[in-house]
Amino acid sequence: MDRIVLIGLNHKTAPVRIREKFAVVCVDTSGPFMNLGQMRALRESFYLSTCNRMEVLFTTPRLDEGISAVVGLLADIYGQTGAALKPYLYTYIDQDAVKHLYRVACSLDSMVVGEPQILGQIKDAYLQATVAKTSGVILNRLLHKSFSVAKRVRTETRIGSSAVSISYAAVELAKKIFQELQGRIVLLIGAGEMAELAAEHLLSNGVERIVVANRTLERALALAKRFNGTTVGWEELAEELRRVDIIVSSTGSPEPILSAEQVKQRMRARRNRPLFFIDIAVPRDIDPEVNRIDNVYLYNIDDLQGIVEINQAERLKEATRAEHIIAAEALKFNGWLRTLEVVPTIVSLREKAEQIRKAEVRKTLSQLESLSDEEVEAIEVLTQSMVKKLLHDPILFLKRTSNRARKDYYLDVARKLFHLDLDRSETEEEEDQLSLDSDKMS
Amino acid sequence: MNESLLLFSVITTLLYAVGTVGYLIYVIRTEKAIHRIAYGFLLAGFLSHTLGLAMLVSQIRQMPVTTLPQTFSLFAWAIVGSYLAFQLKFNIRILGTFVSPLAVVFMLLSSAIPSRVIPTSQLFKSVWLTLHVATMFLGNAIFALAFCAGIMYLLQERQIKTKSFGLLYRRLPSLEVLDSLNYVCLTFGFPLITIGLISGFVYAGAVWRSFWHWDPKEILSVVTWLIYAVLLHERLAVGWRGRRAAIMAIIGFSAILLTFVGASIILKGHHSFRLG
Repeated sequence: MDRIVLIGLNHKTAPVRIREKFAVVCVDTSGPFMNLGQMRALRESFYLSTCNRMEVLFTTPRLDEGISAVVGLLADIYGQTGAALKPYLYTYIDQDAVKHLYRVACSLDSMVVGEPQILGQIKDAYLQATVAKTSGVILNRLLHKSFSVAKRVRTETRIGSSAVSISYAAVELAKKIFQELQGRIVLLIGAGEMAELAAEHLLSNGVERIVVANRTLERALALAKRFNGTTVGWEELAEELRRVDIIVSSTGSPEPILSAEQVKQRMRARRNRPLFFIDIAVPRDIDPEVNRIDNVYLYNIDDLQGIVEINQAERLKEATRAEHIIAAEALKFNGWLRTLEVVPTIVSLREKAEQIRKAEVRKTLSQLESLSDEEVEAIEVLTQSMVKKLLHDPILFLKRTSNRARKDYYLDVARKLFHLDLDRSETEEEEDQLSLDSDKMS
Repeated sequence: MNESLLLFSVITTLLYAVGTVGYLIYVIRTEKAIHRIAYGFLLAGFLSHTLGLAMLVSQIRQMPVTTLPQTFSLFAWAIVGSYLAFQLKFNIRILGTFVSPLAVVFMLLSSAIPSRVIPTSQLFKSVWLTLHVATMFLGNAIFALAFCAGIMYLLQERQIKTKSFGLLYRRLPSLEVLDSLNYVCLTFGFPLITIGLISGFVYAGAVWRSFWHWDPKEILSVVTWLIYAVLLHERLAVGWRGRRAAIMAIIGFSAILLTFVGASIILKGHHSFRLG
């Protein structure tokens, strides 16, 4: 029987100078990883590469040969010998490989536990594998399962429910103040990576538009263009408080640029509509006293960081619950894998046929009460021999597949043809397909 | 007849109490199913309450406000009824956690005070009086919701201002939603108590030939009306909102309670309900 193997490295096992080598080559779809499909020791293969990890998942009939072939390929990419790369790699086999893939898909293995991007990355990588036709019966099912396990973990635990980045935390707070961000206006004061990220995030959460203020007009214009917004002069900053709702500030100014008095004066003109200040600058741009004004809320970088840390701790707690789900699901997958053998398939085929036969005979006999024992016996024999004859050829075919190279393919088709996997309904399969399709489109 | 009235009152109180427990569990485990169960118990309590009140009315043939226990019970009924309706319209589930204990408290108060149904009095039969009682009770019940919304607002605002987030932070809705709940309650409740006051004066004028008696309850009612009038005016004129509006809603409801409970028990006047 084929073995499932996963070889990879991630941010915990390999430093960035090693990870980046794999990240670069993997972006190129015609890169060395394409050779995976041609390796004779491997039956099915799939690879995933992000800036934090590289995973090669494959099935092989010859375990040692398969592993050394893949490690050899990785060493080629790395430009060193396999021995030099080995300390950074992990290798998981069968059940452990399944579990590891599930953990990755559920974002338990991520640098930021619970971040949602990784699932999309796996789906993209799987799409590539299906296009290149390197995945087969086992990996197709395994990857589809990993998507549904990730979905289950997401709905049953609160692992992805809290903000673990500063800009997420800011958006979450804004929603607790304003409920909806539609129609709200953001004033972006100054520039900087974090402030721009926050502005971007607010925009993608429905903020109406962004107004940019900067000491240098050039920079203001550039930012306004980027966010499709407008600019406002540095002197009119305080006046602008009448119109905007959320202020993201990040200037290099050594002293506060907005005083509590300036803000307070504008509240009447705003008819007390709430103002939310996000002060990312160090030293701070906004007078801390601003937070004392009614309907005004001020958060600085430390406040936001504090929220992020609390949420991270909560996620780790939820992660243990997720691990439990994953362990159970990995066991289930193993159960399915075992059915992909000739004998269990024949057994369940016979069982199913016998079940149908018995049910139908019972139905018929209940309507024909006047039959004698011999007649009943005759009907039994008749139906039994029909079933036997009907199953004869498929069973013979299955027995011969034992020696075929694509045994699991034929077994899978046979199981699907006769619908032998009762736990896997057709709707479930359709759902998997749909979720994959919708991701393709987005 | 009186035994069945008592039975209805006990069943109603129990149903409200179970609903309250459900709503408290909902705070810890925010699951829709738990809310549905809690809401169901409140609804069942409300139906049994309605039946009980209907029986009482058919027995005494007038508004069920002749004794203090009846009044408390009617108030609890109005509060639960307005909450059930608001929930359907605005779907702020956690509001139930704050409202349902209020209903239980009024039901318990109602049963703690011994009740005796007094003989029918001509005084209590008038269209104006019916209108007065109906609008006053409904208006005050809606202000009870505004009171709960006010408490929720203050709790939530405090967490956001002080940046210390507790269990309730996630459970409570946004400040915007809580503030608009305050406003909606005001726009429903204020016209109702205004009609209530006017019909009360008209009735007093008809019965006692003078619409103003310096009765403590009358004075307090007008004070309560003024509190809500100021709140509504300031909201519309200068855009009062948020914390101040929440505090005003709480003060307003305290005035209602004082009018309702305090004036009836402590102070004397023709509005006082008979005890026992």
